[in-house]
Amino acid sequence: MKPVRILEGRAVPLERSDVDTDQIIPSDWLKRVERTGFGRGLFSEWRDDPGFVLNDQRYVGANILIAGPRFGTGSSREHAVWALMDYGFEAIIAPSFGDIFRNNSSKQGLVIVQLPPQDVEELNTLVRDDATRLVVVDVDNLRVEVPEAGWQRGFDLDAMTRERLLNGWDDIGLTLRREAAITAYEKGYAAPTLSGVFDHEGHTLVP
Amino acid sequence: MSGKTLFKKIWDEHVVASPEGEPTLLYIDLHLVHEVTSPQAFDGLRLSHRTVRRPDRTLATADHNVPTDPISTPVKDPVSRRQLEALEENCEEFGITVFPRGHENQGIVHVIGPELGVTQPGMTIVCGDSHTSTHGAFGALAFGIGTSEVEHVLATQTLPQQQAKSMSVTLEGKAPVGVSAKDIALGIVSRLGTGGGAGYVIEYRGEAIRELSMEGRMTICNMSIEAGARAGLVAVDDTTIAYLRNRPGVPQGEHFDETAARWRSYVSDDDAIFDKEIVIDASDLTPFVTWGTNPAQVVALSGNIPSPDDFDDADEKNTTMRSLAYMDLEPGTQVRSIPVDIVFIGSCTNSRIEDLRAAAHVARGQHVAGSVRALVVPGSHRVKKQAEEEGLDAIFLAAGFEWREPGCSMCLGMNPDQLQPGQRCASTSNRNFEGRQGRGGRTHLVSPVVAAATAVKGRFATPDEVLS
Ligand code: SF4
Repeated sequence: MKPVRILEGRAVPLERSDVDTDQIIPSDWLKRVERTGFGRGLFSEWRDDPGFVLNDQRYVGANILIAGPRFGTGSSREHAVWALMDYGFEAIIAPSFGDIFRNNSSKQGLVIVQLPPQDVEELNTLVRDDATRLVVVDVDNLRVEVPEAGWQRGFDLDAMTRERLLNGWDDIGLTLRREAAITAYEKGYAAPTLSGVFDHEGHTLVP
Repeated sequence: MSGKTLFKKIWDEHVVASPEGEPTLLYIDLHLVHEVTSPQAFDGLRLSHRTVRRPDRTLATADHNVPTDPISTPVKDPVSRRQLEALEENCEEFGITVFPRGHENQGIVHVIGPELGVTQPGMTIVCGDSHTSTHGAFGALAFGIGTSEVEHVLATQTLPQQQAKSMSVTLEGKAPVGVSAKDIALGIVSRLGTGGGAGYVIEYRGEAIRELSMEGRMTICNMSIEAGARAGLVAVDDTTIAYLRNRPGVPQGEHFDETAARWRSYVSDDDAIFDKEIVIDASDLTPFVTWGTNPAQVVALSGNIPSPDDFDDADEKNTTMRSLAYMDLEPGTQVRSIPVDIVFIGSCTNSRIEDLRAAAHVARGQHVAGSVRALVVPGSHRVKKQAEEEGLDAIFLAAGFEWREPGCSMCLGMNPDQLQPGQRCASTSNRNFEGRQGRGGRTHLVSPVVAAATAVKGRFATPDEVLS
């Protein structure tokens, strides 16, 4: 994952609530075994509609998505994050998010900015009024800004996610530093037995 | 000091490390894997030259993608076929037990875990699928994860986690006759809303929960995620123990009784305090149908389609308008008058033997309405086999239902079982999102008995309309 400190760019207002991960990337796209190329499937059920905001020429090339409440609920598909990032989004701003989606985003370096509903609405208005307005997401200082409008808000990110974003740390690498603790845990723990179904080499035992 | 919640007990037993300022590192007892959310994780392992730490705690099955045609017919879609092959190749390479299409243990991941007895009380269980919450019915902490986390668990058998808050949802009193576990689940989701459970692990309690079978409890825990919660829990009791006895994955004979005695501690202490407590009067529940495009948009089957005017909140008004337009419904329409094109009985919510028995009881001696296509998709090969031993397949077939091979099927339409644009479906699955069952398809979530009665009547109906 590459480090993220400050994101700058234009933002597109989605203005829909309850956008679940099925809508972000429909299941038809989940058959692929690759990790790339999902951008073409992003919001694919809505993309045919010429009135859909991503088809609005003024917002082409935007790298920040402003969404409504409960963005990314539903299915655990990380493909939703891959699709958003493959399309070019680097940050999502919304009043609330699905838990698994939020987790998945942090693993990939997609920045999740949660702001109170009225702030999101203000931001929507700012970029609706003028789509060329520069929006800045500052992960280091946990701030969103529209400098030209003098608009600025702080946001929360747990300390670990912020560190990981800033440094581009790989989660697995971080955990493997604790290899000794994992091994010690495994030794001291009466783990539930599953041996009737498969053995320690992973062979099936059930007839 | 007050006692511990069930959630906290399981959590505390699985802490590997809790470094200052970092999430807790939690040990994972069981990792369930399927073809859709795993290929990129295995790829990641290969790229970084990592292995699977505990193949003996990892179990894979094909489910999301498999066609439900007879097993002898090849998988026609080349992209699906490739993904199913990739699962087998990856499991072979990394030494993981896999049940491929057609294997007698194959089925929907959340159906096979419990039926094989690998889902056990007190465990931590993860799977790259949000409905992993299902396994919480056994007093296990079970939650869905994304593909990066799948890779993380494969490599380390642990997961960094922030501890969730605890919520109790107590169903007081008895549910009225004719109200099934699915109706209770829909009632809970509509009460909490799609975001009401976010950040919480829900423990379901109360008489109406205690009275449910394990199948019913799985249906409830399954839909926890539809209220935004990552996990649902039900405390261990006699019903849990009786279900697990003699399952292949559990200790056998006297070892079982020793283990079961230990399992009985997986209950919340009497004086445990939850971060949030919700009480629902079970006697208020009734057979429900969803009318919109999220699972909290629920109405009584005996009621009418709501109107945007019923809501004060501007956001809700808007959502309602959009949902009604997508669903092609007029406010005020009687639910019972709405005709359906397709009936789907299946999915990890409602495809277990008890669900099929209940639906077959309604379908027996009846016939599916002329305009309706009705599919029954058992959750696993074991469920299918048992249903056939009980003659349920014959009842369904005689009534004009299709009897298909196990898998996720029309729950998410990744295989050929899909709705056509504009088709209306009564479905026993868990998500009525736009396009979930096929592009432009319209999904109404219902219980298995309502689905069966609806198939017979060709419009939404309760079993009493068919059985009397
Ligand atoms: S049946 Fe549906 S909800 Fe359940 S695991 Fe399969 S796709 Fe997911």
